[in-house]
Amino acid sequence: MKEDGIELIKDGKRLDGRGFDELRPIKIEVGVLKRADGSCYFELGDNKVIAAVYGPREMHPRHAQDAKMAVLKYRYNMAPFSVEERKRPGPDRRSVEISKISREALEPVILKEYYPKTEIDVYVEILQSDAGTRTAGINAASVALADAGIPMRDLVSSVAVGKIDGEVVLDLNAVEDNNGEADMPIAMIVRRNTITALQMDGRMTKEEFEKGLKLAMNACRRIYELQRTALIERYSEM
Amino acid sequence: MGLEIMEDVRMDYVYNLVRGGKREDGRGFLDYREIKLETGVIKRAEGSARVKIGNTEVLVGVKLEPGEPFPDTPDKGVIITNAELVPLASPEFEPGPPNEDSVQLARVVDRGIRGSEAIDLSKLCIEEGEKVWIIFIDIHVLDNDGNLVDAATLGAVASLLETRIPNERYGLTGEDTLDIRDRPVAVTMVEIGGEILVDPSYNEENAAASGLTVISNEDGSISGMQKYWSGSIEEDKIAEMVEIGIEKAGEIRREFLE
Repeated sequence: MKEDGIELIKDGKRLDGRGFDELRPIKIEVGVLKRADGSCYFELGDNKVIAAVYGPREMHPRHAQDAKMAVLKYRYNMAPFSVEERKRPGPDRRSVEISKISREALEPVILKEYYPKTEIDVYVEILQSDAGTRTAGINAASVALADAGIPMRDLVSSVAVGKIDGEVVLDLNAVEDNNGEADMPIAMIVRRNTITALQMDGRMTKEEFEKGLKLAMNACRRIYELQRTALIERYSEM
Repeated sequence: MGLEIMEDVRMDYVYNLVRGGKREDGRGFLDYREIKLETGVIKRAEGSARVKIGNTEVLVGVKLEPGEPFPDTPDKGVIITNAELVPLASPEFEPGPPNEDSVQLARVVDRGIRGSEAIDLSKLCIEEGEKVWIIFIDIHVLDNDGNLVDAATLGAVASLLETRIPNERYGLTGEDTLDIRDRPVAVTMVEIGGEILVDPSYNEENAAASGLTVISNEDGSISGMQKYWSGSIEEDKIAEMVEIGIEKAGEIRREFLE
C-alpha cells in the first residue's frame, strides 16, 4: 500500500539516486564457510544473503531417493532480525513458495543425473533484507553450487523489476517495493537466454511487462559477469 | 517402480501426440476443456462456487469474519487465501499440513485477486485500527486432473461476486454486497516439445518441463504471473503465452463472469 504523498521518482531519479535501469551495488564472496561444500556471500544494496551447499550426499529417508538422479533441496530462510518487524523463526507460506520457485530456477542447470540416489542441499539464509532477497538468494546459491563443484550447465542469474510511480524500473528496494505498483522477479540462464523463474504481482500492462522482462534480462547478464568474475578470482587464488 | 515406468510411458505418449499436433482428448492446443461453473452451492458460505474444467473439480467457499486489521493498514480489510489438496482428490495428495503445492496454489490465486484490486479493501473497515472484515477464500480441491489454478481462480472470483457480508450475524449494519471492481481470470499454459498448450490436463502437466500462469484483468492488464517446474522458457515463448493468456481470459470472463 502506498503511503500518502510519497514520491518515488524525482527529476528522473529514484529516492536512492539510481536511474531506472540501475542495479544496487553488488558484492560477491565465494567460499566463505568452512564446513559447507560450497558457499557464497552475496550483497545487493542492503540485502545480505549467505548460501551454503552440502552434497551430493546420501539421501535419507531412502524411499525419497530417486534412482535416476540427485534430488535438489532448497531452503530459503529469513533470520528473525533481518526485517523491520521481527520475523517469527521457521518456515511460513511465503518462504515455502520462495524455496520452491528458487529450487526450480536452479534445477535446469544442474546435471542431477550424475549423482543418482543422492541429495544436494542448498541452504539460503537472509541476514538482512531490503527487497529482492529471493533473487539475491538464487544468485548466491548458484555461485555456491559452482563452488561446491556440482556439475552445472551454466550459472543462474536473478533480479527483479517493478513499477513505481508509473515507471518500469530495475531492482526495487524496500521503500519502492512497499509503495510500488508491481514487482516481478525473474531468474535466467544467461548463455541460453532462457527464463527459469518468473513471478509477478501487482498490476502492469502487457507493454510494461515486455519492457520489464527486457530490462531484467539485461541486468541478469551484468550479474552473470559478476558471478563469473567472483568464481574466477576465487579459483585463481588457489 | 512399476508406477514410475507407467509414468514414463504416459509422458512419452503425451509428448509424441503433441509432436504430431494432437492432444490426448482431441482438443486443439489453445482450447480449454469444457468449463462448468455453478455458484451458490454451499448455503453456509457467504459466497461459493463449484468449478469443473474437464475432470478437474474445485470447490471454493468465501467466509467473512470481523477481525483485527494489519498494523500498517488499519482501515483496510484483509484477504486470506488458503488451498487444501485433500486426499480424496488424487492418489498423490496426502493428509497433513499444507505442502509447497497447496501453498503455491493459494498464493498464486491470492496474488491475482490482490493485484487486480478487484476488492475495494477500504470499504471493509468496521472500526479503524480495531475491527475490519477478514475475507477468507478457501479452495477445496475435489478432483485433480490438472490446471487447478485456473479452476480455483475462476471459482474464487465467481464466489466473491455473489458474496454477501454477514452483518447481521455479528450485530452490525451496513452494505451487504462486496464491491467487486474487476474480474481477474487465470490462464495456465504449458510448453511441450516447443508447443504451447492451454489448460493442461494432469498428464500434460507431468509431460511438461515448464508452465506459466498469466492472470489478467478486464482492461487487458496483468495482475499476476507464476512460472512452474524445473524447465526453462525462451523470452519469445513467454511473450506468446502472455498474449494467449490475455485473450483466453477475455473469453472466459465473457462467458462466465458477466
